[in-house]
Amino acid sequence: MGDNIVTESFSETHRAAATPIVIVGHVDHGKSSLIGRLLYDTDSLQDGKLAQIVESSRKRGLAVEWSFLLDSLQIERDQGVTVDSTRIPFRLGSRDFVIVDAPGHRQFLRNMITGAADAEAAVLVVDAKEGAQEQTRRHAMLLRLIGIRHVIVLLNKSDLLEFDEAKIVRVESDVRQLLGRLEIEVEAVVPASARDGDNIASRSERALWYKGPTLVEALANVPPPASRAALPFRMPVQDVYRFDGVRYVAGRIERGTVRAGDRLAIGAQGQVATVVEVCRWHAPELPVAGAGESIALRLEPDLVPDRGDLLFPADDKAAAPERSARIRTRLFWLRGEPLRVGESFTLRLATAEHDVTVASIDAVVDLEDLTLREGDSVPPDGFAEITLAASHAVLFDPFSPGFGDGRGVLVDRYQRIVGGAPLIGPAELADGEHAIHPTASRVPAARQVQTRGHRSGVFWLTGLPGSGKSTVARAAELALSEQAINATVLDGDTLRAGLCSDLGFSPEDRHENIRRAAHVAKILAESGQVVIVALVSPLEADRTQARQIVGGNFHEVFVDTPLETCEKRDPKGLYAAARSGKIPEFTGVSAPYEAPVSPELRLAADRPEQEAINTLTAFILRLVQP
Amino acid sequence: MTQTPILSRDQATTTSLAQPRIMDDLDQLEAQSIFILREAYRKLKPLSLLWSLGKDSNVMVWLARKAFMGHVPFPVMHVDTEKKFPEMYAFRDEYTKKWNLDLLLGYCPPVEEIDPSLPPAARSAARKTAGLAAMIDKHRFRGVIAGIRRDEQATRAKERVFSPRGAGHRWDVRNQPPEFWDQYATPYEDGMHIRVHPLLSWREIDIWRYIEREGIPLVDLYFAKDGKRYRSLGDQDITNPVESTASTVAEVIAELETSRTSERAGRAMDHESEDVFERLRVAGYL
Ligand SMILES: Nc1nc2c(ncn2[C@@H]2O[C@H](COP(=O)(O)OP(=O)(O)OP(=O)(O)O)[C@@H](O)[C@H]2O)c(=O)[nH]1
Ligand SMILES: [Mg+2]
Repeated sequence: MGDNIVTESFSETHRAAATPIVIVGHVDHGKSSLIGRLLYDTDSLQDGKLAQIVESSRKRGLAVEWSFLLDSLQIERDQGVTVDSTRIPFRLGSRDFVIVDAPGHRQFLRNMITGAADAEAAVLVVDAKEGAQEQTRRHAMLLRLIGIRHVIVLLNKSDLLEFDEAKIVRVESDVRQLLGRLEIEVEAVVPASARDGDNIASRSERALWYKGPTLVEALANVPPPASRAALPFRMPVQDVYRFDGVRYVAGRIERGTVRAGDRLAIGAQGQVATVVEVCRWHAPELPVAGAGESIALRLEPDLVPDRGDLLFPADDKAAAPERSARIRTRLFWLRGEPLRVGESFTLRLATAEHDVTVASIDAVVDLEDLTLREGDSVPPDGFAEITLAASHAVLFDPFSPGFGDGRGVLVDRYQRIVGGAPLIGPAELADGEHAIHPTASRVPAARQVQTRGHRSGVFWLTGLPGSGKSTVARAAELALSEQAINATVLDGDTLRAGLCSDLGFSPEDRHENIRRAAHVAKILAESGQVVIVALVSPLEADRTQARQIVGGNFHEVFVDTPLETCEKRDPKGLYAAARSGKIPEFTGVSAPYEAPVSPELRLAADRPEQEAINTLTAFILRLVQP
Repeated sequence: MTQTPILSRDQATTTSLAQPRIMDDLDQLEAQSIFILREAYRKLKPLSLLWSLGKDSNVMVWLARKAFMGHVPFPVMHVDTEKKFPEMYAFRDEYTKKWNLDLLLGYCPPVEEIDPSLPPAARSAARKTAGLAAMIDKHRFRGVIAGIRRDEQATRAKERVFSPRGAGHRWDVRNQPPEFWDQYATPYEDGMHIRVHPLLSWREIDIWRYIEREGIPLVDLYFAKDGKRYRSLGDQDITNPVESTASTVAEVIAELETSRTSERAGRAMDHESEDVFERLRVAGYL
């Protein structure tokens, strides 16, 4: 076969993969409507589909609701809001696209990311009348973090501004400024109406002043994905098989090419092996494979790499990945509770998994003006730059838009994906900083529950001295043991006799006492234990800190015995001593007690003690029994 | 239909140092599906693949053989409604042997035992859900590979590649986990399993072009006889053939290039009410 023939038949039969385009923007700015309209105007709907939409709209008392083409779930149609993203194939001329409809409501951000993460380009839909809103900014930030390189802005509902040039140009400049701050280049800003079809597939008659592309023209201009073939070779090992006596190292090539005869380094250990064969089943035999292919390699010597080991060129230092146990990352945070320093996760990086701890939160994004601020926590659905510390060196390539490199994902102990962490690079240690690399338990939470027979939790009893915290806590501990629940009591006086014997009763020392108790409680709870803390803990601020240290498993219980009763009981004679001035800074007498505003449980003093014990026991049982 | 091995495919080999092939759309879909199947095999044990004997599940078995060098290293399940076409049973027996498959058979309860509030065709389809659920419970599968595609049906368009099923096999469609950068959900609770969807991004025409390219065998019902053929194969009583003269894979592809009707147009249950598909799927239907 001559070269010419090959090339010719290649271009004739070659169909490129579909280009994914995601439609994002604030809730109700018209994303789903836009896609519905786009499909209709480009004649992409199957027969009968329009009739179904008309019928579903009529049933709900609506005129044709284009969004119903995407919003297929009952809840979506009834509430008029997109909950989950949808992907639909779409053809323009000879080019295939996949259009992804993403939800705009903040509550469904995880679904927006699910839809957007592999897109080649994005259409940011902005209501021309409302302008950029909170989710416009959040989505724009995400586009940048997940590395979408081509952004088209669609100023939707321009019909509501009668396509007035002056008004539209003003919104346009706002949006351009916003995206400029994120260093996102805008391909086009299209004034349009999804409802009426202006500038979607055909040029608007109402905006003759507008000379830019229609949406369809802008989409057609999106360049195909960049080639990853010329970069140094990377293949994360996905699995190792042995079939018919042959060992296969299986994986998908992230970038570069591999040939029989290549010498590859394997993972952080850096053992070297030579590729004997590039294996495929029922495919043309080729001694070479390129980026994107799922293949299997035979190696010599016949080593058995681990899943997650990165394969890369052995003899070229310049082609080696980064190696560091401390990594700076950008973060988009998807958990319902804030992220704090010291939390541990599994960092998934392609097929590798590494235990990591958040060593520092270096900057938090202020969503109002998209600037970086100092902060000690990352709010739900927030963005930040953080440093992760692993217990060993991690091999990685820094994140780069459009490539598979450095796409870290954080997973918690419940196996939930809680954040995306594009890796920026190795983190330098500041002068004088002592590098700590904490490790976290690898026991899955579910197994812990299984072996223990119950969940864990921290029950924090606060109340005046003599209010009965220790008595109630110890009695509940006993009652729980009868139900085969392992509980530990961290009692104020007991702690002060040992762990905290260096502490006094100044506000600083009380604060430190609580901090230590909270950390011990956290460690115990993470090992599956039920923990009952009985500490005066008089200040709201200190209890809040304890809650933050412990995390989601913290339950505040107020032992609400009034001062007079405590003082009357005075089992240890402390009130008497305090009144006579023998004990300084005694809570309730000479130091303040701030009662909790909304404790999860309140144990009232006007009831018999046994009732308080029963109430607490039942409360704990309810929360820890599976 | 017999399988025809590929002899050569376009290779842009021009220099002495061999260059990788430039991947086309089918190559990319294939590579992604192989990646998904390998993830499932590694992460979900025990695992099985639902083999309905239709075109999509044959492609899936084929892709599994691609992923595992000619082997299918987990059982394939056929949940038999006992209402399939006779041709399908013959096909099953032939290819179980030829492909060396570890076949598990499951059966479906009688329709009387199924939720009577469902419309008739949907109620019949729900039998399959019950049969499937019994199989999953019996073998305690943590992963079940199924050949659904996004372009088939609007609620399937909302699916994840790894889709968790909680207690009672329910699909919590309002609360699906995030899935991005090829990181998939893993089971986090006892008694749950993951539905794995390696064909989610394939379109009907991609399936047919791949069948043609690879020479994947199919039951003859897909090809026109007396002006009719089946575009989708469900149970005999709830699937209708469509008008067609396409009697070869190439003719089917040519027909689909211009078709404007949906693949499931011949499936009765899809037309019974607006929410029926969602209800079935939430309860565990494919
Ligand atoms: N006047 C006018 N109304 C529009 C236009 N496009 C959409 N709408 C209306 O705006 C409302 C919201 O539209 P959707 O398409 O559901 O919005 P969305 O952005 O998909 O919303 P979420 O997915 O929930 O974030 C609907 O009532 C539409 O009819 C437009 O161009 N002009
Ligand atoms: Mg929407």
